[in-house]
Amino acid sequence: MKTENAMQQRQAREERMHRIASTAYWVEFAKKWLWVVVRFVLIFGISFVIIYPILLKLSIAFKSMDDLYDSTVIWVPKAFTLDNFKLVFKAMNYPRVLLNTLFLSSAVMLLQTITCVLAGYGFARVKFKGSGLLFGAVIFTILVPANTIMIPLYLNFKNFDLFGVIELISGKPFNLINSYWPFIISAILGMGVKTGLYVYIFRQFFKGIPREIEEAAYVDGAGYFSTFSRVILPNAIPSMVTVMLFSFVWQWNDSFFTNMYLNEPKIMSSMMASSGYAIATYLSGGEQAATASYVQDPFFMSMMMNTSVLMAILPLIILYVFVQRHFVESVERSGLVG
Amino acid sequence: MRFKKLSLEQKNRYYGLYFILPWFVGFLFLFMIPLLSSFRYSLSNLQVTNEGFSLKFIGLSNYREALLSHESYVRILTESVMNIAVNTPLIIIFSLFFAVLLNQKFRGRVLARAIFFLPVILASGIIASIENGDLMQSVVRSANDSTGGGLSVMKNLELTVMLVESGVNITFVEYLTGAVSRIYEIVSHSGVQILIFLAGLQSISPSLYEAAKIEGSTGYEAFWKITFPMISPLILTNLVYTIIDSFISDDTSRLVVDTAFKSFDFGLSAAMAWMYFAVIALVLWITTSIVSRKVFYQD
Repeated sequence: MKTENAMQQRQAREERMHRIASTAYWVEFAKKWLWVVVRFVLIFGISFVIIYPILLKLSIAFKSMDDLYDSTVIWVPKAFTLDNFKLVFKAMNYPRVLLNTLFLSSAVMLLQTITCVLAGYGFARVKFKGSGLLFGAVIFTILVPANTIMIPLYLNFKNFDLFGVIELISGKPFNLINSYWPFIISAILGMGVKTGLYVYIFRQFFKGIPREIEEAAYVDGAGYFSTFSRVILPNAIPSMVTVMLFSFVWQWNDSFFTNMYLNEPKIMSSMMASSGYAIATYLSGGEQAATASYVQDPFFMSMMMNTSVLMAILPLIILYVFVQRHFVESVERSGLVG
Repeated sequence: MRFKKLSLEQKNRYYGLYFILPWFVGFLFLFMIPLLSSFRYSLSNLQVTNEGFSLKFIGLSNYREALLSHESYVRILTESVMNIAVNTPLIIIFSLFFAVLLNQKFRGRVLARAIFFLPVILASGIIASIENGDLMQSVVRSANDSTGGGLSVMKNLELTVMLVESGVNITFVEYLTGAVSRIYEIVSHSGVQILIFLAGLQSISPSLYEAAKIEGSTGYEAFWKITFPMISPLILTNLVYTIIDSFISDDTSRLVVDTAFKSFDFGLSAAMAWMYFAVIALVLWITTSIVSRKVFYQD
């Protein structure tokens, strides 16, 4: 027994030695490691390209005025300072804007997801003459650029009316511009930012769920709607997470509709577009006479812009750190593919 | 009885309509009617008054104005289309390549994926547009270039010369080196595409690769014979997505918005938007009809 073992071991060792001695082994080895190195360099390089602007903003945001004009300072400021953050915090009215944006993005996210999950399920199950055409309409809403229908939408919400009912009651149509109602209404009716895409995702997902599951539920006496809410919906949670993530982020970043519907910068994305102006008014209007002269300085304004952009995306980045695992996994599971 | 009683299954089919209803109302009132009235506006002179607005039919003169007498519309439109034509193939190839890379097993994969999907969050809309025209960043960048980052520019030049001398077509070389210098733009636009490709790669059954390996295929062959055909429907999806995505933030849509809300020429703006839409639809139709012929569907 023991000798056999020893024999086997020796044989194995000899085989290994033999393999190492052959050139083919070394070629394979070199190929493998070369690929590992190349892959590392590529991924590291592109990761750097992606992170670079954020690093740059971080570096700029912590700089003080002296560092701006010091030519020896490129990346690491000599005197770390939080002044920029404090200034932007006050000038942008940061806490209120943050709360507004959070409220709007979450409300839109929830409403949009509900409408799209319903529509997606409907499109996956409904079948009659012309149902293909109806789904073609979904694709059509994805294809038409938003600025084609921008003006009628704007005028619609400016003189909002439900078939003349409101005019009958209050005398004149509502002006919904500069409120959150345009966003809420578009979200409820599934016509918000990139909503066609969400309907498409849900439809693809529900197509993958076999009908037998529903039939089993019917046999057990469940109605159509309770089947949906108690059998189908729990299965759809991964794709719902995907859609909610996308819808939250895209609503947060959307500047097209926010600039159109809101005159005042109440929301993060429209705030950013006008943050330079807001900071300038704050500085020249406020009591800080010493800093007022900086307003003319393009470097200073640029520093403020960078800080405000950083602060605007900061909540998103924090959110991303927590949910990024779901982000990747859920897309894989959501049936976006297929 | 004239009406046959519907079977349970038939009845359930029509219940589906209730689910579509909210979406359909939105489609009708927030999409179809605005689309039609936008077309009407493009044919008329629209004046906003206190009680709403007034329309005066003026035929095609808005279109004529945009095409023939507007100072920059035609130029910006051709530029946008050229941009789409140049960037789309690069984005598709880049995202497919990196999706394949990120699908392999290596240490730090989770981190690398997390970084690669950051552009999905950050590089949309306003942030990107602020970044382009930023003074401070360009100062830091140029300082970097003069201290040592300049090496990359030199390399690029040398590479160009080398490629041209070795007989590669000069337009192709310019395209390639242009792609290298626009790498940030390309990376920042391919987050979602990488995500979609990655999801597609995960859904290819590993037994296919196993079988190919037993038959003695190399990794290169396996990519072209298995991965590429299996993922080709998603190439089509990504192509359409990339083209549509480039609508949102390019110069033409900015011009359209400015014409409407800064110079308050709603009719002209609608005409511009419609022509833009027509051009985009044409581009989409051509690309999809070419690509969909090559797409491989498993079933």
